Amino acid sequence: MSDLPLIQADRAVPPPAATTTTGGRGRRLRLLSGTDRVVITLMVLVPLLLVLALVWLPAAATVLLSGTDWDGIGPLGEIDWVGWRNYDDVVNNYPPFVPAVQNNLLWLAALFVVATPLGMFLAVLLDKELRGSRFYQTALYLPVVLSLALVGFIWQLIYSRDQGLLNGVFGGDTDWYGDPHVNIWAVLVAAGWRHVGYVMLLYLAGLKGVDPSLREAAAVDGSSETSTFFRVVFPVMRPINIIVLVVTVIESLRAFDLVWVINKGRNGLELISALVTQNVVGEASRIGFGSALATIMLAVSLIFITVYLWTVMREDKR
Amino acid sequence: MSRPRSQAEYLARLVPPSAAGLHRRSLLAGAAGAGALLGTGLLAGCGDSDSGSGTDAKSVTLGSNQSDPKPKDVIAKVMDGFKTSSGVTVNINTVDHNTFQENINNYLQGKPDDVFTWFAGYRMRFFAAKGLAGDLSDVWGKLDGYSDAFKKASTGDDGKQYFVPASYYPWAVFYRKSVWQQRGYQVPTTLDQLSALGAQMKKDGLTPIAFADKDGWPAMGTFDILNLRINGYQFHIDLMAGKEAWTSDKVKKVFDTWAGLLPLHQPDALGRTWQEAAQSLQQKKSGMYLLGLFVGQQFSGADLEDLDFFTFPEVDSTIGAKSLDAPIDGYMMARKPKSKDAATKLLTYLGSKDAANVTVKNDPSTLVANSGADTAGYTALQKKAAELVGSATEIAQFLDRDTRPDFASTVIIPALQQFIKNPKDIGGMLTSVENQKKSIFTS
Repeated sequence: MSDLPLIQADRAVPPPAATTTTGGRGRRLRLLSGTDRVVITLMVLVPLLLVLALVWLPAAATVLLSGTDWDGIGPLGEIDWVGWRNYDDVVNNYPPFVPAVQNNLLWLAALFVVATPLGMFLAVLLDKELRGSRFYQTALYLPVVLSLALVGFIWQLIYSRDQGLLNGVFGGDTDWYGDPHVNIWAVLVAAGWRHVGYVMLLYLAGLKGVDPSLREAAAVDGSSETSTFFRVVFPVMRPINIIVLVVTVIESLRAFDLVWVINKGRNGLELISALVTQNVVGEASRIGFGSALATIMLAVSLIFITVYLWTVMREDKR
Repeated sequence: MSRPRSQAEYLARLVPPSAAGLHRRSLLAGAAGAGALLGTGLLAGCGDSDSGSGTDAKSVTLGSNQSDPKPKDVIAKVMDGFKTSSGVTVNINTVDHNTFQENINNYLQGKPDDVFTWFAGYRMRFFAAKGLAGDLSDVWGKLDGYSDAFKKASTGDDGKQYFVPASYYPWAVFYRKSVWQQRGYQVPTTLDQLSALGAQMKKDGLTPIAFADKDGWPAMGTFDILNLRINGYQFHIDLMAGKEAWTSDKVKKVFDTWAGLLPLHQPDALGRTWQEAAQSLQQKKSGMYLLGLFVGQQFSGADLEDLDFFTFPEVDSTIGAKSLDAPIDGYMMARKPKSKDAATKLLTYLGSKDAANVTVKNDPSTLVANSGADTAGYTALQKKAAELVGSATEIAQFLDRDTRPDFASTVIIPALQQFIKNPKDIGGMLTSVENQKKSIFTS
């Protein structure tokens, strides 16, 4: 099965690095013509510069600006340095911060515990190639194609207290988007709706890539459907599992659009990303303060990134 | 169904063709948008183009935030009027209302249009003080038909004018005449009468006061009017300027009074937009609604004729009920317009009664600032609104136009929503506002 290089880490085949060492470095390099070397240099250099300019420079600037009280107007020379004051304000003098951290964690937990397993489950069902599975695929994948802004609007029609579908059909008067004890759950349903489709797609792709002979072998050995999945299919899909895990973490960290469309991330829907935007974008322009919030978010993301990289690299060494 | 040979092949098959097409297109649009965004950000640092002021420029650009169909149409008609009178063409760049406001910083530091729509009040003075707006004192020399109040509202901290007022709308308590006639309600002139009326409405099965604050700003109107009635105009303006303490007894009294009125307000306001609240008034489910004149946009035909209003009643007889919120919309000039002559000409026209006449003819939801305009075309509601503002002793611009934008949006909105959720903890809320205010106003 040559089309499944990701899945079968075949130890019998020597890693390509071995060829390099036996062949000797010098000769290998000489194989590259001058044009090749220019092309390779450009291919490394251009993306590197882009990444530096578009990712690392702004990130570093954010960290630097978090120590100032810049309002976004005027030359850089006039920026005043205020040290840790912004961080002090964020933690001690900014009521939305604590709810935002809680909501971000809740978001992660909800996606991780509910939406992701549900997406996996649907993918397993769809993988059975039932009749009309194309239809189900499209239906479940639809919310992923829609932008989150549109998703927010669709659910607005459902959740509106006075004119919404939900209260209209069931005759209730729950304030789905306005009651701070309810709205985060209402929004999580909308966000989960979308995330389920995403995870389902990734998993379907993974499932289709599993070598059918593995299942056949398991069936021959008398393994039940369930134990085949958990003991054979699931472990084989390790790369997909890691991708799904990372996607889930990323989705919950960058959750933003939905709450922004609903009420700009206020009143129970605070998320760190929304607070950053409230402060930095718009007339408000508390660039320094917003940068402090963004730096905190960057630090949190770094924890996940570090753990991920550490796992992956340890994997490579083995 | 044949098995796909690779993951990529499989993924490609999963997406329906229509969606794939959409995706590519939205991707392109997104790229263009990102490009534009980068453009404004990068250009912001690039300084000004020195194209000089051509003496007989044949065109001028206008940045407009009037993105709704109706006002957009009015703007186009006004600019047609300018072209007829001067021969200069106006290129209108319309940007979505909220986007325009959110990008104003970058916009003004980049390459703004020669003339752009903006608001009077602190919001105008702030950008004027930062050197991001053009001096319009010359234009004001040629304008007539404006009261001193309008000129004052167009003047920056340095005493020069930076703004040409075009239209304004008062905030008042709206109601439906037919409902009030049927039930025999009388317009309240004191807070006690308002409370009694509200109690009566409750008995009659109405929600006394329609209320919405999902978007965060409508509740500012309630705070403004209560503060104006309880503590007077000067205290309100000083509080907005950061000169008074939010923890003072005066501010506490405003929230205590508001807490007393909250049971008369429509419940669950934080999940409702002002349009939805206005519709409860339109459907005769609510008895009153404190909002700007634009509430009329949710009414049409006979319903619109049925709409009436009164100014918020007096709370303290020594202060009276003669001040109100009446935000002014208008135009400003870029600090270095490409063609200063054409821009000045346009602004002079925009401040003239001719331009005001075009607006009167085409837009029934706003009032024009120029008193020389022919207002015979006003509806009864507009005439009454113009009278109300004319008789006001002081005019405030609305909370988020009278104070620092960073304070209004990042501190006041969450605080007011906090109060609406839990009206019992006024002290804690005000202490938090005061602490945040100190941090923001000192920076």
